[in-house]
Amino acid sequence: MTSQVSSPAEQADGAEGAVVGEQRTPRAPGGKEVRRLDRVIIRFAGDSGDGMQLTGDRFTSETASFGNDLSTLPNFPAEIRAPAGTLPGVSSFQLHFADHDILTPGDAPNVLVAMNPAALKANIADVPRGAEIIINTDEFTKRPMAKVGYETSPLEDGSLGAYNIHPVPLTTLTVEALKDFGLSRKEAERSKNMFALGLLSWMYHRPTEGTENFLRQKFAKKPDIAEANVAAFRAGWNFGETTEDFAVSYEVAPATRAFPTGTYRNISGNLALSYGLITASRQADLPLYLGSYPITPASDILHELSKHKNFGVRTFQAEDEIAGIGAALGAAFGGALGVTTTSGPGVALKSETIGLAVSLELPLLIVDIQRGGPSTGLPTKTEQADLLQAMYGRNGEAPVPIVAPRTPADCFDAAIDAARIALTYRTPVFLLSDGYLANGSEPWRIPDVADLPDLKVQFASGPNQRLADGTEVFWPFKRDPQTLARPWAVPGTPGLEHRIGGIEKQDGTGNISYDPANHDFMVRTRQAKIDGIRVPDLDVDDPDGARTLVLGWGSTYGPITAAVRRLRAAATPVAQAHLRHLNPFPRNLGEVLKRYDKVVVPEMNLGQLATLIRAKYLVDAQSYTQVNGMPFKAEQLAKVLEEAIND
Amino acid sequence: MTEVTDAPHLLSLVPKAEAKQSMKDFKSDQEVRWCPGCGDYAVLAAVQGFMPELGLAKENIVFVSGIGCSSRFPYYMNTYGMHSTHGRAPAIATGLATSRRDLSVWVVTGDGDALSIGGNHLIHALRRNVNLKILLFNNRIYGLTKGQYSPTSEVGKITKSTPMGSLDAPFNPVSLALGAEATFVARTVDSDRKHLTEVLRAAADHQGTALVEIYQNCNIFNDGAFEVLKDNAQAQEAVIRLEHGQPIRFGTDGHKGVVRDHGTGELEVVDVTPENESRILVHDAHGAGPTTAFALSRLADPHTLHQTPIGVFRSVERPVYDTLMAEQLDQAVDAKGKGDLSTLLAGSDTWTVVG
Repeated sequence: MTSQVSSPAEQADGAEGAVVGEQRTPRAPGGKEVRRLDRVIIRFAGDSGDGMQLTGDRFTSETASFGNDLSTLPNFPAEIRAPAGTLPGVSSFQLHFADHDILTPGDAPNVLVAMNPAALKANIADVPRGAEIIINTDEFTKRPMAKVGYETSPLEDGSLGAYNIHPVPLTTLTVEALKDFGLSRKEAERSKNMFALGLLSWMYHRPTEGTENFLRQKFAKKPDIAEANVAAFRAGWNFGETTEDFAVSYEVAPATRAFPTGTYRNISGNLALSYGLITASRQADLPLYLGSYPITPASDILHELSKHKNFGVRTFQAEDEIAGIGAALGAAFGGALGVTTTSGPGVALKSETIGLAVSLELPLLIVDIQRGGPSTGLPTKTEQADLLQAMYGRNGEAPVPIVAPRTPADCFDAAIDAARIALTYRTPVFLLSDGYLANGSEPWRIPDVADLPDLKVQFASGPNQRLADGTEVFWPFKRDPQTLARPWAVPGTPGLEHRIGGIEKQDGTGNISYDPANHDFMVRTRQAKIDGIRVPDLDVDDPDGARTLVLGWGSTYGPITAAVRRLRAAATPVAQAHLRHLNPFPRNLGEVLKRYDKVVVPEMNLGQLATLIRAKYLVDAQSYTQVNGMPFKAEQLAKVLEEAIND
Repeated sequence: MTEVTDAPHLLSLVPKAEAKQSMKDFKSDQEVRWCPGCGDYAVLAAVQGFMPELGLAKENIVFVSGIGCSSRFPYYMNTYGMHSTHGRAPAIATGLATSRRDLSVWVVTGDGDALSIGGNHLIHALRRNVNLKILLFNNRIYGLTKGQYSPTSEVGKITKSTPMGSLDAPFNPVSLALGAEATFVARTVDSDRKHLTEVLRAAADHQGTALVEIYQNCNIFNDGAFEVLKDNAQAQEAVIRLEHGQPIRFGTDGHKGVVRDHGTGELEVVDVTPENESRILVHDAHGAGPTTAFALSRLADPHTLHQTPIGVFRSVERPVYDTLMAEQLDQAVDAKGKGDLSTLLAGSDTWTVVG
């Protein structure tokens, strides 16, 4: 661990979003100075066609294998290729990496890579004064600048005076580096993102082997393109090494102390969720059946699962959202672990079938990767505004358990937990992730398979009821007295032939029943089953005996925790609790809420969790909300919490 | 692609019954609650009567239905069954059939269920050729909601919701199914037990999706809709019985026949004469293209139902979705080995933190 000059907050516990601590340690190689940093936030920004997501992914991979803690925020438009060079077409990738434990992709970049004027214009407001900006000067010609409303060149008009500007003719240098490859100028230009990646990799001492291997694998069928990209990547590295403009490079030591012993990999939320589903299927010893219709930002789960057919995973790309969940439910009736993946608009379409699953009492997972709404909303941006849809969005009294992961890697455990509930209680379960978790990534300690929970279920195998005349029969709605779950009798089991449907059923026999008292009983029983689901008590982190509690759920965990660290570092006590289970709530939630004078609930919606807890616990929870499609920033949250505490 | 002809018949994947079955074995203990006189009774009896012939273990048979009068059908079959939501039975059955090839999966639906609210699922099941047997009870009316016109009702139908007559042109379910790439399409009539059973037999034997349109009388809201096909006096002239390999003739003593106009390619009905007898079309249900089957489906007058063909329009072999899906799983295991969870979770890019 290097000793560092840093803010008091960081010295305390590595809070985020404050000034970057650094230490000058002049070193020899290339005669250039090397400085040590404890953390850095880099944002790559360019046109949708510039390959910024790939560049970010590669830098992330290099950083992960180097052993830093990291957190990422890809941010891209819904259009595949918006008109080139325009503001709506800007795509960016922010990466925060550190020598210590971090929780968010960072509030503001220390380094911005702007591949064109649109990228500069769209991102400059987020860049703090004094930060470094690497600008591709080749694109700062009259027309591209005019397209985004620059009347004079920001490189020359002094408007960037507060920043540390590195003007680099990235395109020209890339084309020059590739002149022996026999590529057209246009083809050669396409490697400029790799040149930029090479330069940044030099600046931050990233290992390069992984990227070179990656490029050779990605372009295995076009070896000349592979070599051109490798050459551009190396040229970028060498440019940093030799040019006078880059006098300093930086080291961010591995975050060894932040991580418990183990083997790690970098993982995105959607990938972790996919692995969680496969794992749940393995642990339950049931085949996984995914019925899904493509929708952003959930499609990557369909893509991922379709690659793993050798795990017995069946993926069915249905004709629509309704058929996606229908097929999953049909497979569940047949004894599979049925899953459907979607986003908010898809949930709306699936609602009726979710109600059917509630009525049939079959296990089913509904994965909702929330995005901005209503309607089509903001397909590629994040939001938490489907909570009430998941909670109440069906006809009749149709309670469905809700599980929400808190970080990208946590999607793995949350998926297994959701499967556990579905299988144990024979119920559809919502898994509420969001676009920020789905596409963001962080290091994940790879679990030992031997430590994973056992999810095995017992199918019904024989009669479960003796009639008055002594006949042994099977009652599909005779419940387990502990869990209130009904038996899961799968077709192919002799003697248990039975019919189930969405019409109200008589308790026990499952026969159609319109009896008023029976309906009242069944509605209350289905509710009682969900209310009785065992979920762990809510943990409260409150080292200082605070009087204000900040309560969150889902992907706000990172920003809330970072904000809480800041407050505590400034000697402001605050308690924090984060819900994984939104339905049912942990049993101690009411008691926890009553312990505090104030409860603040930050959410990326207009106060949906706050509404639920106010209604259920009569607590005057204070809602703090943001619906701009982006995660909270730690600094801003800390300010709001501080105001609430001092109010 | 699967060599359909060389593979074992898909029915062989479904376990056989240990003992001989009777119709009684397929009757559930539930009281049948259709209106007295409903055509559904006849279809239920025909299906229950036919099932023992298949000789399948009844626990491996599943009936899935949507919503509507006919969709109560599963409750009366002593097999596994699911009464689902309106129009979605083909989707739900697809999930079941593709994950459990040891089951014989039947879908029971109606004209509103299959062709209105569930039209999308029907056409996609057909194009995929999922191993489902779909029984479409067509009574050309909405019964359970008490008498609105349906997507198969004739234009100008006076109903509760169309007091001045319905405006929309009806679907012809057979034409629709053929257009949706169906591999098996047949039509039969509720009251003709023998014909209905023959069609069920052919459908059960078909590998892939079989669509059976059953003209079914709703004696409450659309009574007599198919009378012209049932009344002895009229049926001779109205019904065209399709039999594979036989000339398509109908009417008293077969005095009418179907010929192709070589100029337009269209089919037309002619009075059979010694001169044109050799030109009478011989029904080929297994023909490679769907064109002739489609043309046959257009012979009926949607209003009067004169010249209505019944029987198997088309029955061809095409790879079955369930089989292809299972084969991809096998191929993946062959290529990559059975999935190993530890290897999957570890991936290829890891680092280790030691204490």
